[in-house]
Amino acid sequence: MSHIDVHELTALQVRAGIVAGEFSAVEVADSSLARIDALDGDVHAFNQVTPGLAIAAAEKIDALVRGGAAEADLPPLAGVPAAFKDNMNLIGTNTTCSSRILEGYVSPYDCTAVARLISAGVLPLGKCNMDEFAFGSSGETSAFGGAKNPWDLERVPGGSSAGSAAAVASGMATVTLGSDTGGSIRQPGSLTGTVALKPTYGRVSRYGCVAFASSLDQIGGFSRNVEDNAAVLQAICGKDRYDATSAEREPEDFIAAARNADAAGLRVAIVADLLGMEGVTAEVRDSVLAAAKRFEAMGATVGEVNLPTSQHGLSAYYIIGPAEASSNLARFDGIRYGHRTADPADTIELYTKSRAEGFGPEAKRRIMLGTYALSAGYYDAYYGQAQKARTLIAQEFTEAFKEYDVLLTPTSPQVAWKFGEKSDPLTMYLSDTYTIPINLAGNCAISVPCGFGASGMPIGLQIIGDYFAESTVFRAAAAIERDLALDLRSPLVRG
Amino acid sequence: MSLSEHDVRHVAMLARLALTDSEVEAMRDDLNSILGHIDEIQRLDLASVAPMAHAIAVTNVTREDVVVPPFSQDVAISNAPQSENGAFVIPAIAAGGDDE
Repeated sequence: MSHIDVHELTALQVRAGIVAGEFSAVEVADSSLARIDALDGDVHAFNQVTPGLAIAAAEKIDALVRGGAAEADLPPLAGVPAAFKDNMNLIGTNTTCSSRILEGYVSPYDCTAVARLISAGVLPLGKCNMDEFAFGSSGETSAFGGAKNPWDLERVPGGSSAGSAAAVASGMATVTLGSDTGGSIRQPGSLTGTVALKPTYGRVSRYGCVAFASSLDQIGGFSRNVEDNAAVLQAICGKDRYDATSAEREPEDFIAAARNADAAGLRVAIVADLLGMEGVTAEVRDSVLAAAKRFEAMGATVGEVNLPTSQHGLSAYYIIGPAEASSNLARFDGIRYGHRTADPADTIELYTKSRAEGFGPEAKRRIMLGTYALSAGYYDAYYGQAQKARTLIAQEFTEAFKEYDVLLTPTSPQVAWKFGEKSDPLTMYLSDTYTIPINLAGNCAISVPCGFGASGMPIGLQIIGDYFAESTVFRAAAAIERDLALDLRSPLVRG
Repeated sequence: MSLSEHDVRHVAMLARLALTDSEVEAMRDDLNSILGHIDEIQRLDLASVAPMAHAIAVTNVTREDVVVPPFSQDVAISNAPQSENGAFVIPAIAAGGDDE
């Protein structure tokens, strides 16, 4: 047994090392926990660290190995350090959604995706920082202070799955789970140089993940390479009796799709009109166009499509998302759980003051926006119209996928920006232009690093796939990852 | 469309949020700025388009009516800010006259 630096290994390398007896799972846990101790004071990726759970899980893996378990008998992600966005329940841990209103809440049940990842053998390191209730694109709306970007601590890691992205980019965790309602996995993936997947709506159960917008939310993984991301999806996907919207889909070998990646014959299209939108920086656009050229060089056919209604995706999203959020957040009333105001005069005051004291500014903004869009006289003008726009956006994608296997856009219009740079809400909302249409349509997309900006910050390529075409998306992402062979170790990882 | 201070206070009441006067003012500016942008959706001609409520086709499904152990009462109230004898405690409603 030797000293290891687990942050230098991929998930599948960690498992292989444990199988080969090069190191133990407890050593892996110790290495990750030491790294969290050393770095998280600066990065603030974690809301809660759970060393007891990590060590206990590691001891179980080591006992299996000592008992002579064959490689095939060890779980698929045996000994892999993992963490979960703090809107996912894990029995006995706090689930805060980075909000004061849930401070002190202890999960009485497990989120299905979390439970499945733990069953797959991961070591649960803790719960990751996030924008409050997943409302935000930078991590800055966390009530406990934002997470920081491991590439430059003066810059945001993106949001809302800010801590999940930062934990992987800084090597504190090997894989993490996030949730994506309008880009909250892919956009921080892009800003932190990690691989980040939003699966098809229904591919992964949402049970146990605190709901933001139920028709848009989907859980997915962060990792340092495409193959690890495929392994995470393989572990968490599938029908769940606790989520009626989870899809009945036969399991696929996502890992093989990533491993045997070959772009030859792949039909790829650049989304021309979205790429030409206002706000996208030249370095991001050039990097995406260069990636398309690489696909061509690898034997893919590369064309162009236009998605004109998707340009209105942002408007539809900022009606549908807040509308559903205002309904979902009505459950935070200070009675059954969460913060309660002191000495309310009556029940109305109990509700209104508890909620006013517990929710932060962005949560209040979205609740107000959603309540307004659903209120008498405005429902048809806003919500009804947005639901119709959603139909057209979904149809545009369906048409495009008749001709092409995957579509390319930037993930984020720009690289990670500095803290406080985007102070007004609308400017912040515009940073999700490329990711939002995919949530409205419900198909899948991955962000994979495709280069660096002048500031040295990573740029993400969004590869969009049809419904349940994750295997194709992994194949394309792994092909470009292998072809570009970028050095994606952040300065914190390089040491 | 532009929201007045009165509109903001009305929506805040519907949303059960006790906003301070300064929050009402800031909220009005923010909401008007956001609505100014998303109002563009009203200019789309969508009269003949069916609304989409679900990202993927969903149909009603039934399952076996099997009894599974629920949360115990202790667990169900374990996160309550105030509880007594296994029940959630709230201010009196009948005697309090808290009609709006």
